[in-house]
Order: sequence, then C-alpha cells, then structure tokens
Amino acid sequence: MTNFPVEKIRADFPILAEKIRNKPLIYLDNAATCQKPKVVIDSIVHLYSHDYANVHRGVHTLSVRSTDKFEGARTKVKEFINASNEKEIIFVKGATEAINLIAQTYGKANIKAGDEILITAMEHHSNIVPWQMLCEQTGAVLKVAPINLQGELIFAEFEKLLSDKTRLVAVVHMSNALGTINPVKKIIASAHSKNIPVLLDGAQAIPHMKIDVQDLDCDFYVFSGHKLYAPAGVGILYGKRALLEAMPPYQGGGDMIRKVTFAETEYNALPYKFEAGTPSIADVVGLGAAIDYLNEIGMDALAAYEAELLAYATEQAKHIKGLRIIGEAAEKGAILSFVLDKIHPHDIGTMLDSLGIAIRAGHHCAMPVMVFYQVPATARASFAMYNTKQEIDSLMEGIRSLIEVFG
Amino acid sequence: MFDDLRDLYQEVIFDHNRNPRNFRVMDNADRKVEGFNPLCGDRLTLYLKMEGETIVDASFQGSGCAISTASVSLMTEIVKGKTDQEAQDLFKIFHEMTTGKDEQINLEAVGKLAVLAGVREYPARVKCATLAWHTLDAALKNEQNAVSTE
Repeated sequence: MTNFPVEKIRADFPILAEKIRNKPLIYLDNAATCQKPKVVIDSIVHLYSHDYANVHRGVHTLSVRSTDKFEGARTKVKEFINASNEKEIIFVKGATEAINLIAQTYGKANIKAGDEILITAMEHHSNIVPWQMLCEQTGAVLKVAPINLQGELIFAEFEKLLSDKTRLVAVVHMSNALGTINPVKKIIASAHSKNIPVLLDGAQAIPHMKIDVQDLDCDFYVFSGHKLYAPAGVGILYGKRALLEAMPPYQGGGDMIRKVTFAETEYNALPYKFEAGTPSIADVVGLGAAIDYLNEIGMDALAAYEAELLAYATEQAKHIKGLRIIGEAAEKGAILSFVLDKIHPHDIGTMLDSLGIAIRAGHHCAMPVMVFYQVPATARASFAMYNTKQEIDSLMEGIRSLIEVFG
Repeated sequence: MFDDLRDLYQEVIFDHNRNPRNFRVMDNADRKVEGFNPLCGDRLTLYLKMEGETIVDASFQGSGCAISTASVSLMTEIVKGKTDQEAQDLFKIFHEMTTGKDEQINLEAVGKLAVLAGVREYPARVKCATLAWHTLDAALKNEQNAVSTE
C-alpha cells in the first residue's frame, strides 16, 4: 500500500472506536453516509458555544461572526469544486433537494410537452422521480440510456437518444449501486455539441475524487454534505451563473428577497435567490470544516488509496465461490456490490452485523438496477479513506463463514 | 463465529430455507394473494384451498431471506386443517410473539413457530417474519390487492 496515513486518519474519527455487539466496528456503509471526523463535530460545538446567531440579519457581533463562518464555508466549497464564483454555490438540504430544485425551476421554465429529459439506467431514485414528476406536470418524456452487464453506460445508445427534443441530460457521476464512474466529460461534450445542458449527480463521486466543475464544463453539479464527512442536512447545488440567473426562484420566504410589498416582490441576487428561510447554519459550517480536513489529506492521495482498497477487495471477493459481483465497470469507485448463491442480502447483512461489520443490504434506492440484474437486492460494502485491508480481510472471512453456516 | 445469532438463526430456520415446504403453485387455489416487503424486496404468492371455513391446503412461491422463507414455509404447514378463525387467532399470537414485549411466550399455542421468536430482538427483521402472516390475513379476508409491509 502507499504511505497513506490511514491509522492517523482513523484516530480522527471518534465513532471508529465504538464496539458493535462487543466487536470493533468495521464500517463499510459509506455510500449510504460516512462518519464524521472530530474537527467537524468540534466545529458544530464551537459554533453553538461561541459564534451562533442567524445569518445575513442583524448588525450585532454574533450575527456577523455567524455570517462570516457561513459565507466562509461557501468560499471553501467554491474552491473545493473549482467553481468560478461563490454566487454559483447554492446551499440546499442535500443532492435530492438540489435535483428537485432544478426540476421545478429550470425544468418548469424550459421543458415543455413533448420535450425529452435523458437519464441513464443506473440512476438513484433521486435522479429519476423528480423528472417523472416534472414529466407529469409538463407532458415531457423521460428517456433512459441503457447499461451493459458490466454496469457501464452504452455510450452509442446514449448518443442515439440525444435528440433535437432533448432539453436536459441528467446523469449520475458515480453509481451508488454499482460503483460505475460514468464518462462524464464525453457525455457533456456530446450533449453540448447539441446545446443540451448537463446535470451531474455527484452525491457518490464527491468523496472519492477531485471535482473540477470548470474542467468538466457541467451545467449543474449536485452533492450532499453527509457523504463528504460533513453533517447531514446540507448539500450543494452548483450551477453556471448564467443558468442560475435566468432561473425562477424555488421557495419564497426570507433571505431570498430584496424588496417585498403586498403588490410585488423583488428577488434577491444569487446565491440568496435560492436560499429562502434560515439555513442549516451549523451544518454548513461543518461542511466547511470537512473540506478543510479533506484538503489537508489531499483528494488525489485519498483516491489512490481507495483505488487500492477496491482492487484488493475485488480480488479477494473473486476467490469466494458462489459470490457474484454486481457492477464490474472498468472505471469504478470504491463500492463492492455482490450477491451470494441462495443467501439473501438481508441475511448477509444481519450475519455480518453480528461480527461488527456494517454493510448495506437492499435495493440501494435503485430498483431499476435490481430489475436489470434480476436480483431482489444486493449486499454492498462501500469503502472510505479510513477503511483498511485488514477490515476487508475480516469482511471476506465473515462472508466465507456465513456461506458455511448456510450450507 | 455467529454465536450471537443462535436465537435468530436456529437450525429449523436453515432447514426450511434450504428445503421450503409446500413450495409450489396451486392450480385450483380458492385464494391467491401476493405479499411484498419493499424494504428487502421479499416477494411471495400465497395459495389457499378452502373447504367451507377450513384451510385444506396452503402453498407458496416467491423469494426472500431465510427468515421470511422459513416463516412462510412453517406457516403453510401449521395452518393446514385450521379454520379461518383458528388461523387468525394464531396470527395474533404470532404477532405478539414477534413484536411484543411480553417475556412469556405461549409455547403451546405457537408450537413450531417458536423458532421465530428470536426476531423480536432484531427490529429490522421483524417484517421478514410477519410478511407471510399479513399475506395470509389478506387471503382469509379475501382481499385481492397485493399486501405490502410498508
């Protein structure tokens, strides 16, 4: 393995010292949500203990301090994903809210009956259902680009589905159910050649690789804080400024206005136009702390370490008879979805839990993917930068033992 | 290695999971109801043959985890020959056994089903055990709609 300081990192995460059913916790459910380092937890405690008040409001000292920290986090996000301006960074609840926001503002303003929205067959429900709702409201049509058995987008089919009726392409950057990393630069270039904007769902990709929205040239990029070692309750909608400027607001309320009379309301400028109401201030501050923490480690070092973990886990898994890996894309993030002959994923989940190993068992909010592979569910081990080869050994030993017990 | 799980995964459960009883389509069934657990993706189709108020045959098809497969397999065995009312009474006792706080389990009343009592310690798995019985309940009430545990 590389010189990645995994033991030092592990010590930064208090929960990793927990015992589960009297065994050391082995947390392999990072694709659902990942654990928080002490600096993130401390940032929240510190804010509430010393700096907390509402943001963008009063002239008093605490409001100024709180606002500085809140807006400081926006700058950190901007730099983390290399956006060109803070105005392009909108705080929302999470990736799900960000996609719903785009559907209900950009979508309603630009997508009409007969128009098409193109997604892929590996989307999370959160990048399917908001578009179905929009289609129901507008009469637009949802098109789905197919995947192959390895779990890769069939790019030629995707290109065929890009028609003169396509108004938006919405694609997952990295699949939560399969681990597949989509060829997003190719997708964006292809869509842009027809002047079609592209939304990337980055909920899974963001904790695993360096994201540069200017280099990608995506029109929208969305992600959740809680998968990026930050608190749940905050997420990011990045949008190109011209698109965001032209979009109608999402929710009405305080902070998103410039002037209100009973006759009319003038909306606030970006990014506040999309941030009605008091935001989740402490969670935003926590996100800023998480980004500082990740910058210290370095996303490239993290990605290289996780690639080694995935390669090791995949190799070990292939030695287990009766284990079938679901999702074998050439470009893949640190997710190992699998099924075992005649053993249901929920039994796998319960049995591994008794060994202190947390994995996900279920459909991973991607029911169409389960239908494609003709499985009711899969077991999924998803890795983060604090996982180790030893933990993967324990996982494999657990799987071997439970196969034996089931006979 | 799995000592902690002995109460949940008893040998009888492994046995019924490996060799489910009454695992067949019933062509001349009087009642046929689908049960679905959206959380795990467990699906089953329950078939009943009635003579008056009495269940004379019960069978099932479907796929699920070991707990749900064993539960429906055991259920089809135990309800055969029981009246509608007797089966519903058994459902109540079973429900109490798997979800209740009562320490005492009426072993005489539940018979073989006692092997499923362990699920009460695993809230995430209770629905696996009760899906079969909710489906039976719907079949006895002659409801045509699919049953969902959600």
